[in-house]
Amino acid sequence: MNKVENNRAWFFVLPVLVLVAFSAVIPLMTVVNYSIQDILDPHTRFFVGDEWFREMLRDSQLQSALGRQLIFSFSVLAIQIPLGIAIALCMPTRGIWVAITLVLVALPLLVPWNVVGTIWQLFARGDIGLLGVTLNSLGIEYNYTRGSTAAWFTVLAMDVWHWTSLVVLLCYSGLRAIPDAYYQAARIDGASRIAVFRYIQLPRLAGVLTIAVLLRFMDSFMIYAEPFVLTGGGPGSSTTFLSQHLATMAIAQFDVSRAAAFSLIYFLIILAISWVFYTIITRATKD
Amino acid sequence: MDWMVWTLPSALFFATIALMLVGMTIWEVVQPSTFRRGLLPLKTTRGDRLFIALLSSAWFHLGWLGLTDQPVWYMTIFCVIWLAAVLRWG
Repeated sequence: MNKVENNRAWFFVLPVLVLVAFSAVIPLMTVVNYSIQDILDPHTRFFVGDEWFREMLRDSQLQSALGRQLIFSFSVLAIQIPLGIAIALCMPTRGIWVAITLVLVALPLLVPWNVVGTIWQLFARGDIGLLGVTLNSLGIEYNYTRGSTAAWFTVLAMDVWHWTSLVVLLCYSGLRAIPDAYYQAARIDGASRIAVFRYIQLPRLAGVLTIAVLLRFMDSFMIYAEPFVLTGGGPGSSTTFLSQHLATMAIAQFDVSRAAAFSLIYFLIILAISWVFYTIITRATKD
Repeated sequence: MDWMVWTLPSALFFATIALMLVGMTIWEVVQPSTFRRGLLPLKTTRGDRLFIALLSSAWFHLGWLGLTDQPVWYMTIFCVIWLAAVLRWG
């Protein structure tokens, strides 16, 4: 029997296509245009070709911002993914506590980025903040406005506090989708708790973990408002991540051409890493 | 269109990409692509190979610009050949 293919449903994608064109494609084209010109003001511009790219690629500030960004994003993943899975495994599966824990876990996600920055700015202060005062009274020298290690860990802790919930919720929904029959079969076989996790829960979580890793990677890779409010990129430039470096260049210094070249490099990094993640994980789930 | 500050090279660049996408769409309708395993270490469709070739070309250009002082179009010529090769044997 011949299967009749009907692709008319694709027409429903058209509105999104228009939306994406206006919100992403046209701005991206404009950025490409900026990046190969020297724009002095809206009426004066010169074609410079690849000059900005050469300059940006050899810029040591950009390279160190990229290094910090990569370390930060991978630390975020290394902490949030295992922690998220662990918390999701500990959450109750039935009864009134389900709703209570879900609401509690989801709360940090409702707080806007810059407010999270402000909360942590106060929380971590050495003179009045709970965290800062506690650490200092324990004899640990902690001042996130002066010590770059302290600033670094504060930004990391803040991101963990804000976003682990997302991983927890995704994993929790993944765990709830596992049919009971799997657990019954495991009980009959006398499987240990670790074996159940290793051979039932973790493989069944692969799909949601793909999404979690991708979302957390991309979000942490473009982190801006929280460190901007908390540390302003300092002390020195120890917590200046890519987006903040970019924003300073584009908005504060109004150097749109250099910033355009920089943001295209940034875009290509994200595109490549996301593609690698996606390919690895979709292949892993297929096998 | 003036606010988008077009230049001839960038216009040509995007026109080429757009033509490629249109061409690939027509090719796909005429002769649907299947997954196949070539020189690349994964199963790909024609569209996957185009994406891989374009993304790697962009990176080759960045590498060229970052590491050498040679004119960029040497790399562009190489990437055209690379693109054809990936589409054919990838």
